[in-house]
Amino acid sequence: MGSTSGENTTPGGVGRRDLIKRSAALGLISVPAMSFLSACASGGGGGSSDDEGKGKTSKSNPFGAEKGGKLDVVIFKGGYGDDYAKAWEADYQKKLGITSTHTGTQEITGKLQPRFNAGNPPDIVDDSGAQQIKVDVLYKNGQLLDLAEVLDAPSVDDPSKKVRDTLIPGTLDPGVQEGKVVALNYIYTVWGLWYSGKLFKEKGWTAPKTWDDFLAICQDAKKQGIGGLAHQGKYPYYINVAIMDLIAKKGGIDAVKAIDNLDPKAFVGSDAAQAGIEAIYEVVEKGLLMPGTNGLTHTESQTRWNQYKAAFITCGSWLENEQLKQTPSDFDMKFLPMPLLSGSTMPFEAIRAGSGEPFIIPAKAKNLPGAKEFMRHMLSKEWSTLFAKQANSLTILKDGVDSGVTLRPGTQSTVEASKAAGSNTFRYIYPDWYSEMDTAIQNASNELMAKRIQPKEWLKRCQAAVDRQAKDPASKKNHHD
Amino acid sequence: MRKGQYRFVAGFLFVPVALYLIFVIWPYIQTFGYSLTDWKGQSQTFKFVGLDNYRALFQDDVFLEAIWHNILFLIFIPVITILLALFFAFMVNAGGRGRAGGVQGVAGSKFYKIVYFFPQVLSLAILAVLFNAVYRSDGGGLLNGFLIKLGLVGADNPVEWLNEPDIVLWALILVVVWHGVGFYLVLFSAAMQSVPRDIYEAALIDGASRSQSFFRITLPLLWDTVQTAWVYLGIVAMDMFVLVSSMTQNMGAYGGGPDHHSDVMSTVMMRNFLYFGKSGYACAMGVVMLLLTLVLSVVTLRATRRERIEF
Repeated sequence: MGSTSGENTTPGGVGRRDLIKRSAALGLISVPAMSFLSACASGGGGGSSDDEGKGKTSKSNPFGAEKGGKLDVVIFKGGYGDDYAKAWEADYQKKLGITSTHTGTQEITGKLQPRFNAGNPPDIVDDSGAQQIKVDVLYKNGQLLDLAEVLDAPSVDDPSKKVRDTLIPGTLDPGVQEGKVVALNYIYTVWGLWYSGKLFKEKGWTAPKTWDDFLAICQDAKKQGIGGLAHQGKYPYYINVAIMDLIAKKGGIDAVKAIDNLDPKAFVGSDAAQAGIEAIYEVVEKGLLMPGTNGLTHTESQTRWNQYKAAFITCGSWLENEQLKQTPSDFDMKFLPMPLLSGSTMPFEAIRAGSGEPFIIPAKAKNLPGAKEFMRHMLSKEWSTLFAKQANSLTILKDGVDSGVTLRPGTQSTVEASKAAGSNTFRYIYPDWYSEMDTAIQNASNELMAKRIQPKEWLKRCQAAVDRQAKDPASKKNHHD
Repeated sequence: MRKGQYRFVAGFLFVPVALYLIFVIWPYIQTFGYSLTDWKGQSQTFKFVGLDNYRALFQDDVFLEAIWHNILFLIFIPVITILLALFFAFMVNAGGRGRAGGVQGVAGSKFYKIVYFFPQVLSLAILAVLFNAVYRSDGGGLLNGFLIKLGLVGADNPVEWLNEPDIVLWALILVVVWHGVGFYLVLFSAAMQSVPRDIYEAALIDGASRSQSFFRITLPLLWDTVQTAWVYLGIVAMDMFVLVSSMTQNMGAYGGGPDHHSDVMSTVMMRNFLYFGKSGYACAMGVVMLLLTLVLSVVTLRATRRERIEF
């Protein structure tokens, strides 16, 4: 999720023209089919993967990745770039003698959907960004390898431990489909508010711990001609970070689970949901938003915030890397857990945290041993440090950065925040499970931010989206426990 | 034709017809096939569900609203573009003051012709970037910046053009019209120049005013061209994918906001196809889009059929 929603917005997305070309290509493959109905949907597909690239297994090479093999790597080139992956691949070649073809792209769907359909997928994929192929969709189609084998293999750093036991607890959860880990969400992300240490020092503000203090700072900012809260309005995903965090901290983990598990009282009839949305609406009603922020893209509003036009902004910890060029050198970016509403169940330090940026190994990958070994190396301290250096972000490996590496201020503040939070972290899973419901909630939030609907109507709309999703029999298989 | 020639002609026809069948007709048939399944888009496993997708389609408020938006585009984009283009073309070609020489355009008409054509050379992607800057929702936007300077809009309450349900469609129409007028101006100019001058001169001598000579002479003689323009613009109006998906508030993916007020059939289809993984359902939308387009083109061609005037 390090790069959800609005991370990259190539105008037009996957063009229909591409789609037409693709369907035309599909058509070409299926021409020989005889009867219309049997042929109505017959691309390539099928064909089990023969164990190409399989060499001898050993303790340091548990999957038997074969020297001289080839690995097809596709990386989402978004907020984190793809230099880290190039560094990995170079190291992989040095250590194991496996050369790789590297593709860095934002058009994951465009490039990979035809390949999955034709039964010719890459070996390992960073399936992220606005054009990711939804993991649930891939899983339902039997395209993903169960990663248990990698996770139960010995760790590179300490062969007496399983890889699984070297990771931050809970970080594998978002990649679980029906009880199996099918996606490795590699980047450890925290979500919340961000502010400029420099601006706060200048104005004499201290980081607010309660919602009232937060509002007071926004009001003071407004008096001085600065916006209070900025958000990336064109992508309502971002304001949902604030709304859903408030709900979670007010109502505790039960409020989170109620939504993930499609409770009939997830929104309407939930005090936490009502308190959360009313708090956000107060910001709107009192005019404490940065003017115009509802219609701005993520880059536009984040850049405005970098220009000290707003006190706070909502975002995940990819923000610092994404804004590297726009951030003044003395900006002193700081992370702030969502301030508390009165009577909250969770402490102030609690944060939404979790893993994002799903890496997957297609079940039909040509070089499965090579891909598994690559993923095992991703979870070594050496590669995790490489990532932190190249992409200014943390990975799910416990204590995964060499202490010799200095981090940028924003990243450093997230390290501290996650230490302070300890086990007080939470995470919504419904966006990964139910994209349609997520969209409906985002849509309602967009209307609320523009003052076209009131909190009551917001709750009703969100509940309707939850109820609709609950009717889908497929949703019975998911449960956040 | 002599024997053997048929084979020769058929030989030439075979390749294009085969290409057409493979790359156009066959995908249509396939789409129809997929539309009867619950295909999720990422592999070749699916169940046959009959007409369920179509049944669901006619209860899908978002899609029905999207059809309505396409219809609005279909009415307003061609009408506004053609009227403006006709007016400008007439002014450029025959709107000048009649001097002794007879009929001519307004002063500087050659210059205008070139200037009006400029927008046409921009690609849709650039157009989207350009107008995103125009409609930007804070003081940094061209429109808002201007209105704030004039004092018509408060700096704290800029107009969120593309986030206003009542404005967003018009904002998009304006972009398309701005982009298209120049091209149709040139198209109509070319047609006007083939109208013999003596007809205008005769009308002038009979004391016809500018508007009379426009409605009685220019328009009837240009009817074929107008009809062509209408069909082209109709295609643009049925599409709109690029502008909607790259300019409007995001509804999960592919724009369409706020609250689906700017969604068109193609954006709803793509969202279902890729983002929600409801690809079979999206194929049903594709089939409905095809049928609607066919019906519309037949209706347009019928409705605008007139007797041809030879000159």
